[in-house]
Amino acid sequence: MIVAEQKSLEEIKSLVGNAEKVLVVGCGTCVTVCFAGGAREAAIVSASLRMSSKLDGNPKEVTDVTVQRQCEWEYLDEIAAQVEAVDVVLSLGCGIGVQAIAEHFPNTWVVPGLNTTFLGLPTEQGTWVERCAACGDCLLGLTGGICPIARCSKSLLNGPCGGSIDGHCEIDDEIPCGWQLIYDRLNSKGKLDMLMDIQPPKNWSTSRDGGPRKIVREDLRLNEKEESGS
Amino acid sequence: MTETINGNGYLSGSNLERILKAGHFAVTAELGPPQSADGNVIRHKAGLLKGYCDAVNLTDNQTAIVRMSSIGAGTILVQEGLEPVIQMVCRDRNRLAMQSDLLGAHAMGIRNLLCLSGDHQVFGNHPGAKNVYDIDSIQMVKMVSDMRDKHIFQCGEEMKGQQPCLFVGAAESPFAHPIDFRPYRLAKKVKAGANFIQTQLVYDINAFNDFMKKVRELGIHKDTYILAGVGPLKSPGMANYMKANVPGILIPDEIIERMKEAGAPWAGKSKDELTPDDKKARAEAWKEMGIRICIELVKELRQIEGVAGVHIMAIEWEEAIKPIVEGAGLYPRPVVPLPAPQTA
Repeated sequence: MIVAEQKSLEEIKSLVGNAEKVLVVGCGTCVTVCFAGGAREAAIVSASLRMSSKLDGNPKEVTDVTVQRQCEWEYLDEIAAQVEAVDVVLSLGCGIGVQAIAEHFPNTWVVPGLNTTFLGLPTEQGTWVERCAACGDCLLGLTGGICPIARCSKSLLNGPCGGSIDGHCEIDDEIPCGWQLIYDRLNSKGKLDMLMDIQPPKNWSTSRDGGPRKIVREDLRLNEKEESGS
Repeated sequence: MTETINGNGYLSGSNLERILKAGHFAVTAELGPPQSADGNVIRHKAGLLKGYCDAVNLTDNQTAIVRMSSIGAGTILVQEGLEPVIQMVCRDRNRLAMQSDLLGAHAMGIRNLLCLSGDHQVFGNHPGAKNVYDIDSIQMVKMVSDMRDKHIFQCGEEMKGQQPCLFVGAAESPFAHPIDFRPYRLAKKVKAGANFIQTQLVYDINAFNDFMKKVRELGIHKDTYILAGVGPLKSPGMANYMKANVPGILIPDEIIERMKEAGAPWAGKSKDELTPDDKKARAEAWKEMGIRICIELVKELRQIEGVAGVHIMAIEWEEAIKPIVEGAGLYPRPVVPLPAPQTA
């Protein structure tokens, strides 16, 4: 999932500025699951903004609504009337949600309430960790299902640097060394020989380095006839 | 070894390559460029090292702190008549910048390169920087070897005209984790084309012997020249700090005890009781012991089959190189002339 965390109320207040009518929009998918921007968080942020603006002596009219997914036009259509009635939308979606609102409602000023952090998973209650860097050319088949791009601080492809200590990364005791994990896993599977091949320089053009990315699936596209007929 | 390309039997013709190929026990030393644009710092340090080592290693933004570039400092060394080994890390440059800088390095007379991953930028003075890590150190070794031997850029395009002829090195930390994988990772670096290897600081000869035994079993020492890393300790505090905090550094208790004993005449006195002269004398006693231990280590390493030389890292203490090299019986340094190029 996409993992995000909330910006501070201070920053949110400064982003909202002197807008009088504010709509806080939550998102019912990834950011709900990571407790950053679901219906519950939208209600809390909304109430916090109302109270703090009152205390500041300039009360704002703050309401909130949560859509199933901010990243799909059809769900955004459902809140069109509410969006148009306010001065600013505070999106508690990920960066995709914020941009979808800006694109779908060109007349509306939208600001982010979250910092979109990474693609990852919860390892235990209250803890999320990064797992994927969305590089566009998955290497997990070479490394026993552990990603060296996302989980090695230097994204090394040919084994560990000299900096790990007792299985943790040199940059932080709390970060497991990605290559120690890969080594242990391949070792346990009797596949250490896989590490002896020299991996060539990666083609990063499938990653962000190739510019903004796009996928077009001809098999899924509506053909022109169907489109004009619908 | 890779076939030679210069018609003179050498890959690069560097002094380091000639010394090693001739079978001499090589000595290299480390020089940290300044955090300024002052070339005289390099010239001063060069003066301390000249004649006492076969090549001088120049760090590349070591510990992720901005310093004069290794290529800039290396060019000064060439002008001063010393031979540089420039370090290059994967942290700061993508493959375009690396290749372009190496073309320039060759053109400036630089003939040795040490390929490194580089310390992560969080340790340095620009922790908010974006890192690169476009390629890793093993890929860099291969890229540079291919530029030299196959006349190609990393993309596969042919290089027209003079290729950069660099004697290519890589680093190995024998006691870093996962420790069982280290000899194999070394083998990988050599397979990628590493002509020489520089190890992390060695203080534990027994542990290093075990490592070298594995290296010999794998036959790696026959395909590359291994330079064991050594460095004089400045104080027992430095030894304890490195032992506790620097990954891959093992320091036997016996060495730490000897360092402590060197300061015994001043032990038991609080900081306030020690006069500035006391502190100075104690520092000198520690340094003297550090140098003595280093000399012993060099002598022991020289006896290990497969160790082709030593790389002395006397961090911000270049004055120590002379007594270490002399004390280890490695002075004067041998001279291996470069044969005249064969004309077609």
